[in-house]
Amino acid sequence: MRRLRKIIEKIVEGVLAMSAAITSITVLLIIIFLFDEGLSIFSKKPVDDDTVIAVNSSNPVSKLTGLQIKDIFDQKITNWKQIGGKNDSIKLFRLDEAGTTFTEQQMGSNFERLAICVDSYVVRTPGVLLYFSSKYIPKDFHGKRIEIANITPYSFLMGKQWFPTAQPVAQLGVLPLILGTLWVTLGAILFALPFGLATAIFMAEIANHKVRNYLKPVVELLAGIPSVVYGFFGLIVIVPAVQKIFNLPVGESGLAGSIVLGIMALPTIITISEDALRTTPRALKEASLALGASHWQTIRRVIVPYASSGITAAIILGIGRAIGETMAVLMVTGNAAVIPHSYFEPLRTIPATIAAELGEAAYGGLHFKALFALGCILFIMTFIINLIFEFIAKKKKY
Amino acid sequence: MDKAHKIIRQKKVSQGIAFSIFGIITSIVVLILCGILYFIFVRGWPAMSWKFLTSMPTNGMTDGGIYPAIIGTFCLIGGSMLFAFPIGVLSGIYLNEYLLDGKLKSFINMMTNNLAGVPSIVFGLFGMALFVNKLKFGDSILAGSLTLGLLALPVIIRTTEEALKSVDDAYRIASLALGASKLQTVRKVVLPIAFPNILTGLILSVGRVSGETAPILFTVAAYFLPRLPHSIYDQVMALPYHLYVICTSGTDIVASRKMAYGTALVLILIVLISNILAGIVRSYFTRKNKI
Repeated sequence: MRRLRKIIEKIVEGVLAMSAAITSITVLLIIIFLFDEGLSIFSKKPVDDDTVIAVNSSNPVSKLTGLQIKDIFDQKITNWKQIGGKNDSIKLFRLDEAGTTFTEQQMGSNFERLAICVDSYVVRTPGVLLYFSSKYIPKDFHGKRIEIANITPYSFLMGKQWFPTAQPVAQLGVLPLILGTLWVTLGAILFALPFGLATAIFMAEIANHKVRNYLKPVVELLAGIPSVVYGFFGLIVIVPAVQKIFNLPVGESGLAGSIVLGIMALPTIITISEDALRTTPRALKEASLALGASHWQTIRRVIVPYASSGITAAIILGIGRAIGETMAVLMVTGNAAVIPHSYFEPLRTIPATIAAELGEAAYGGLHFKALFALGCILFIMTFIINLIFEFIAKKKKY
Repeated sequence: MDKAHKIIRQKKVSQGIAFSIFGIITSIVVLILCGILYFIFVRGWPAMSWKFLTSMPTNGMTDGGIYPAIIGTFCLIGGSMLFAFPIGVLSGIYLNEYLLDGKLKSFINMMTNNLAGVPSIVFGLFGMALFVNKLKFGDSILAGSLTLGLLALPVIIRTTEEALKSVDDAYRIASLALGASKLQTVRKVVLPIAFPNILTGLILSVGRVSGETAPILFTVAAYFLPRLPHSIYDQVMALPYHLYVICTSGTDIVASRKMAYGTALVLILIVLISNILAGIVRSYFTRKNKI
């Protein structure tokens, strides 16, 4: 009987330990799945797999980057000389041009002879740049296939253009998104910090017990309101207000996003700073008061400095919350993927991009993987912020 | 003497100014909250009716009700809590009652904190990659509930731990001294005392889960599905996603404004009710335990 009980105790302990392991396992799984999908983008090319890009075999150019191809299509590059070739103008040849170059008789009614036409065109045109579906490329192709550079971590992180579904070449530069995220977060914290800190000091030191008992649930409720409701409120109240006050063409802007996010970051900052302020030992406070300092002087010179690491921790956690916030930002910032120059223009953040675009990205495609790579960036950002938070929060507990 | 008076006066004045600034800022924060609540209540109340709550959306979501979204949200709350509550409470018990302070404990605590800090959209990506695609659940209540459950897990673990920590060690020592085993002590002594606070945590996390949008975007939420789910492998509409849809990308955004206010009000009411309920549970059990 005793042994049975012992065995049961052991089993229960095992079950408990297993449940406790689940959070760690989840974090691990998140890392594996996110990075597995996200990092595979760096072995991919920014063009569709079944697209062939080729030149005449006498052309010395054999490699092009995604940006160069885009510039050729936009006619910013018109001569092979500009990209290290001979002095010859670039003749772009796509399916559209095929229709005007060849007669229907030449191509055949079902395009069965199109491949031969394309091949001969490439052979007799030295300056050609062929952009064609591999369907219409013959097996014994006489042109030279151009190698497209893989997406590199540098071009991904530092690229200034985010057009993931652009033709001919997808432009995957996340710099505007990263900067957009940081801008909105900075604005939110600049707004939330003075308000949050003042409220925390008021609740911890100034307000009497009764007032505090009313304030506490208010802050809890503020934390509980769903982000999509904040977004809705922002869309209907704050966005038009921003548009009207600053006389902007559109109200959806970094400023509107910062205000909404600031309101959302308030409860985090208030709760954690208030806890930090409360940990100030009574002896310190009373010593200061006994020396003749006023209550305000005590707060300013003793309590806030003592709680400074806790307040820093609160700010950092608030930043973490703001960086990851999705729905509210998606609804009020206008989602323009450009490098932000002012708070009065629309901008776009990483989480908003994922939320807006993942539904349309083909499973396993380049765009899909790029969004997972964005998820990785976001995860790394918040992970680092959490580690800093833990470090600071732990430091001053004696 | 005069100088001393002056300094004291100065001190008083600057304290008065500082405190009134803090008071004003705090009132602004309270006003912001009240403003949001008032705005949603006043605009949302006219949309509220029995019909709104119990009928299907019609006319391209500009008319009718939000019945399927309400049911969908309750399915997701139920599913995620069914998954997260037992695991969260069990691991909270393990962390507080069984595991001694040390490297393992601080590692698990760090991981739990990190999980709590992971942005909700990353949960959405993860849920899509693991539950929808890898495990082939498809867009389903199952996938959405599991994703939301993982999101709620750190909160439940934390509140359970806090609840257990607040139980006086004297109870544990007394129980062990009477010859009870560890399991008996936890089950018969510690858990009953901590139960109200654990329950409070559960209710609060229901409020949180009900409003999350990003994790369900790609794991369960349906744009428009005017019927009730048949199984856990079915897609559902959900309140937060429905609100997002009708105020940004609906068929006629202006015409569906009224529906949007109503939906926002229902969402806020769920949060409000769960907060009030949590308060009631807390105060009820505190009073009972005192006697």
